[in-house]
Amino acid sequence: MKYLLLICAEESVEVSPEQADPEPWIEETERRGVRLDGHRLCPVGDATTVRAGLVTQGPFAETKEQIAGFDIIECADLDEAIEIASKHPVASFGAIEVRPFWPE
Amino acid sequence: MSDADVTRVVEEAFREEWGRVVATLIRLTGDWDLAEECAQDAFAQALARWPRDGVPRRPGAWLTTAARNRALDRFRRHTTEAARLRALASAPTGPDPEPAEEDHVPDDRLRLMFTCCHPALPLEAQVALTLRTLAGLTTAEIAAAFMVPEATMAQRLVRAKRKIRNAGIPYRVPPARLLAERTAGVLGVLYVLFTEGYSASGGPSPTRPELAAEAIRLARVLAGLMPGEPEAQGLLALMLLQDSRRAARLDEAGDIVTLESQNRAKWDHDEIEEGLRLLDDALARRRPGPYQVQAAIAACHATALDPDDTDWPQIAGLYGELVRLAPSAVVELNRAVAVAMADGPLAGLRLVEELRAAGELAGHHLLAATRADLLRRLDRTAEAAQAYEEALALAPTDAERRYLARRLAETNGT
Repeated sequence: MKYLLLICAEESVEVSPEQADPEPWIEETERRGVRLDGHRLCPVGDATTVRAGLVTQGPFAETKEQIAGFDIIECADLDEAIEIASKHPVASFGAIEVRPFWPE
Repeated sequence: MSDADVTRVVEEAFREEWGRVVATLIRLTGDWDLAEECAQDAFAQALARWPRDGVPRRPGAWLTTAARNRALDRFRRHTTEAARLRALASAPTGPDPEPAEEDHVPDDRLRLMFTCCHPALPLEAQVALTLRTLAGLTTAEIAAAFMVPEATMAQRLVRAKRKIRNAGIPYRVPPARLLAERTAGVLGVLYVLFTEGYSASGGPSPTRPELAAEAIRLARVLAGLMPGEPEAQGLLALMLLQDSRRAARLDEAGDIVTLESQNRAKWDHDEIEEGLRLLDDALARRRPGPYQVQAAIAACHATALDPDDTDWPQIAGLYGELVRLAPSAVVELNRAVAVAMADGPLAGLRLVEELRAAGELAGHHLLAATRADLLRRLDRTAEAAQAYEEALALAPTDAERRYLARRLAETNGT
């Protein structure tokens, strides 16, 4: 099963570079062959939203937590996806939404 | 055997075997709706055939085989399902309607319980799914039990099953690293079910005994399937000890009778005995948990000959332990009541006032009702009356309102 991990955090939250370092997580998930793709994203100030043909600056929803990155993983089931998500460094100070891909 | 007897046997088989048949069919087909349909079909076949052919020696095995054959028929008609058909045909239940050996076939109800109670599902969906797939209640019955329209409940079940499929919630007993946490989830769902039956959260009747009975039945299954888990036994013991008071808890008018005023001869002593035995067994493993502690508290009440014989210092101590194991404001409130009984109303009131100052349980009628009771016992009548009025405004059921109104009248009268 494929899942999209939405890595969400408050942009103002301050964490040490070690705490936010995703490298060990990326290493483990790639070694296990579950991570297909992923990237950190620019802050929401750089986002543009197109809604009903109208172009506005900023994110699609004004919330405290914003999407800071994403990963696409392929796992046996939701329990494995949850395990992978809970090991992501942002899970300790932000939130990770685990969203299954639409079934083919 | 008369038709009426056969109907009774099928009804009994339904209660005993429904969950097992559905659980096995989900494992074999991977399709929850199909599993329910085939199980329903198997019970309909039993009603038609058992009067003619006699009741099979192993009704459960007969029903599982009938349901499985029904699924095979369905797949045969859709040849695109070839792979699933092959898996199903070779699955280890055997085509013989009276398999000689079934004891080594794993009981699928445990994996069904864990999947129904997966934390990725909303709690109300966990409860509804458990009642539908394990206990065999109809959507209409579950909707009535939780006082929501049937369409709402049907949608809740559809959404839950869709999420299980789409999100890839596994159909299995969780691995060791997840087992403790997930077991707590299953126990929690069964206890929600029991308390909803024992003390309904709303509506005209303060209890719904049929829900409590289902919860006990399921807890018994779980304790049997997890013999190494003392908390499963603790939960069953707790339910039995609380349920033993059912006949004494309401008077003829349907009003609540408090523990101290209950006619103890009306308590169910078989349930008490079984509960105590289970609790002793569980405690002997020396792995205490919140359900064992709550059962131990219920046991203190169940073994007291009369209200004055109650070991309140022991109960207060057990609540202290419960606060440590499973901290919550409601547990703190119960501890305050026990402390009031052990050390006097003033000691209890101090704890209640602490809770009140912390803003915990604001708007909860039990906080106001407990405070009112303690103030009344301290002869602080005016404050007590005011607290009873506050509780009366917040109480969710008619029976509780009648009880509080009576107490308020008594307080104003003295």
